[in-house]
Amino acid sequence: MASSDTALAAGQRTRGLAPFLRSQMRNIAPFLTLIFLSGFFALASPSFATLDNLGNILTQVSVTGIIAVGLTFVILCAEIDLSIASIANVTGIAVAYFTLQESYVNIPNIPLPGAAAILLAILLCAFLGLVNALGLTVIGIPSFIMTLAMMQIAAGISALLVRGQIAYKVPGVITTLGSGSLGGIPWIVIVAAIMLLGGHLVLTYTRFGRYVYMVGGNREAAEYSGLNVKLILGAVMVISAVCSGIGGMLGVAHFGSAQQNEFDTYLLDSIAAVVVGGTSLFGGRGGIGNTIVGLFVLGVLNNGLDHVNIDSFLKILIRGLILLAALVINVYAQRLREKAVE
Amino acid sequence: MREERSPILELQGITKSFGGVEALRGVDFALLPGEIHGLVGENGAGKSTLMKIIAGVHTEFSGRFLIDGQETHFRSARDAHSAGIAMVHQELSVAPDLTVAENVFLGNQPTNRLGLVQWRRMAREAGEQLARFGIDVDPMSRLGDLPIGLQQLIEIARVLFSGARIVILDEPTSALSPPEVERLFATLRRLREEGTAIVFISHFIEDILRVSDTVTVFRNGRKVAETASAATSKGALIEAMIGRGGEALEHSYSDDLMLPRPSDSSVVLKVDQLSLARSLKDISFEARAGEVLGIYGFMGCGQQELSRILFGKLKPDGGTLAVEGKPKSFASTAAARRAGVALVPESRRDMLFHQEPVYKNISISILDRISALLLKPAQERDIAKRQVEQLQIRPPVVGLDLGMLSGGNQQKVALAKWLTYPPKLLVLCEPTRGMDVGAKNDVINIVRDLRAKGLAIIVLSTEPETVLSLADRILVLKRGALVREFTNEPVSKDRLLEAA
Ligand SMILES: Nc1ncnc2c1ncn2[C@@H]1O[C@H](COP(=O)(O)OP(=O)(O)OP(=O)(O)O)[C@@H](O)[C@H]1O
Ligand SMILES: [Mg+2]
Repeated sequence: MASSDTALAAGQRTRGLAPFLRSQMRNIAPFLTLIFLSGFFALASPSFATLDNLGNILTQVSVTGIIAVGLTFVILCAEIDLSIASIANVTGIAVAYFTLQESYVNIPNIPLPGAAAILLAILLCAFLGLVNALGLTVIGIPSFIMTLAMMQIAAGISALLVRGQIAYKVPGVITTLGSGSLGGIPWIVIVAAIMLLGGHLVLTYTRFGRYVYMVGGNREAAEYSGLNVKLILGAVMVISAVCSGIGGMLGVAHFGSAQQNEFDTYLLDSIAAVVVGGTSLFGGRGGIGNTIVGLFVLGVLNNGLDHVNIDSFLKILIRGLILLAALVINVYAQRLREKAVE
Repeated sequence: MREERSPILELQGITKSFGGVEALRGVDFALLPGEIHGLVGENGAGKSTLMKIIAGVHTEFSGRFLIDGQETHFRSARDAHSAGIAMVHQELSVAPDLTVAENVFLGNQPTNRLGLVQWRRMAREAGEQLARFGIDVDPMSRLGDLPIGLQQLIEIARVLFSGARIVILDEPTSALSPPEVERLFATLRRLREEGTAIVFISHFIEDILRVSDTVTVFRNGRKVAETASAATSKGALIEAMIGRGGEALEHSYSDDLMLPRPSDSSVVLKVDQLSLARSLKDISFEARAGEVLGIYGFMGCGQQELSRILFGKLKPDGGTLAVEGKPKSFASTAAARRAGVALVPESRRDMLFHQEPVYKNISISILDRISALLLKPAQERDIAKRQVEQLQIRPPVVGLDLGMLSGGNQQKVALAKWLTYPPKLLVLCEPTRGMDVGAKNDVINIVRDLRAKGLAIIVLSTEPETVLSLADRILVLKRGALVREFTNEPVSKDRLLEAA
């Protein structure tokens, strides 16, 4: 994270350690949480801290990770995208819809060659992202509301495509990427890693990435600097939809089926990963590095709770409480930082 | 007389550093009841820092802090408030989303026995208070919708009438028009009679001399002089502030100044019959290459709106713009920038990224010229370093977060942003607001340089001095209409005020 490197250099040159730590609270707190949780589960269960289980955790967070890449861009701009899970779902269904299914699958679909199916699915999610973008920037609907509507629209398209049925087949490449592995490492983990790395490189080393941070940091100032704020916001919404779409296609292959409401839990998980990682809900602070830590916190928590003996209904509550704690830290970190800069 | 009263507030040997940077070094400062104490010094001299210590904003420092002879240590701004200290900060600290009335009563709204806010009473009392100060505004309107000068007035009114024994005003007049400044001074004098101690920070040295009883001069974190106002002069104060021969900077613009003949160089911007709702009526003018066009008017005369239209931030209701003969209707600020227009708005808060380092603040507007896809941080830093040197921004560390610079230095960064690849038309709103005399002079020189390079420059200001020191031709804007053009004729502060 280059931005935090420079902050680090400046911090050490001009301030004491305490204010520096205070300003870095958003990066430190999630990391400590991760170490604490890992340590706790390692002590609580012998089956937790094994190489096999690490592989499990990685696989379990992969789809969330792919979706969270785009969402990180959105939240860095101080916007939100609630349609990510629905768009993932509809894209996964679309790619199956354009694939030849077994004869017992009773969906009036349109089988096409694999490449065409993938292309159409990607176009679909990009188009839905574009609709989000236009609603947000041209009409001026707040992203919270716009993407809430899109959540319904995408769910509606999914319903129309599968009509309550389940499809199983997706193009071969997608099947491999979703459920195959390369030298023992699942392809889906590799794809997630590549996408996270790509997102990080874009955010840190490209002009567009800088613009994302600046728009999130102070939108008014970005406009007074002559940046095309609407274009940047629009691009970010499209990126988010496409990442969701990719996550959806691989997810469908990973689960082995495409059906309605398959991705519902991914909305909360992806938002949680980004926010728990410490990316500011007010925009301008954080990044993919934070998202990765957030993904691990979530993955360790979900996986670890399965290794210890707890009432499975209690687990839901625990997850909620952890998320709340992370939100408190997120907002609090912003305040501390403002104080440190004051 | 001074000897008879004992200080209400006394600071001894105050030292404050932000990590490595020493902002204050062993400062002694005493404040008597019923005195107006002026504070002057260069940008970054430490004025705001000392005041923030008094107001309980900065709580870590070394030195003794006495109130009424009692040693005290505030732990928060709230502590200072209960000790009767109130401050108007250099950066507006109003709540734009609340109503005027809520802002006036911020933190102590009148409530009934159930703890509910008594809206009607609050609105009435806020209205009365503001009227006492000559402000006529609906107490229930949203504060953020009012012009920035009016917001500043309301904040000043809130602090002045909060009943505090010690009132600190950090550059309160920067957005006020001359009649409002007069009204403020009258109120300050009245409060002084009632025994309130007042600290008044300003870069307008005439104002300081006129209203204060004592003046203290800061330089580089040290107190270098303290004298009775009656016993000093503008020249002497400037000398103490910046060390070098201050006389050259001591221009008062009260005498006539001869404007040059109108330039016949090419027209860069042509504005025709521009209008905007209730703010602007039939505005037509031209800005030419190598010419500085000054637009003067009181606060709220429509300057702000006009500048926003030129930069594509606001859409006019009618009228046309043409840049170098090509008609333009800017869909966004990005389009305006591409067409070669740049704007420095009057409010730093609106155009700077406080949590980002200085160099990113400077490079943001030229990023597309130095990098196609990948960033070039080394080059960005180089460019920023050059600007920091040219404008003498302090401290000269481009990696520092912008929020750590003093107010005047932030203003310089706002200007620096547009200087690397100068645009065709530069629109400057209040370019010298908050700058010390030396820095003002630097800005004047920079603008002249840019003019010599053939830029068209428009300077909009509510300070006659700013317009007079920069402009070749002056338009006067009054309630949204252009009422007078000064060109090729003598002009002075009085003539401008008269026309407005
Ligand atoms: N929060 C902060 N962190 C680090 N440095 C700071 C901070 N606040 C102020 N400084 C530094 O302290 C010095 C004094 O700043 P201060 O704001 O007191 O100046 P000032 O006299 O009010 O100047 P101006 O006329 O520009 O408002 C400057 O060098 C500034 O960069
Ligand atoms: Mg200051």
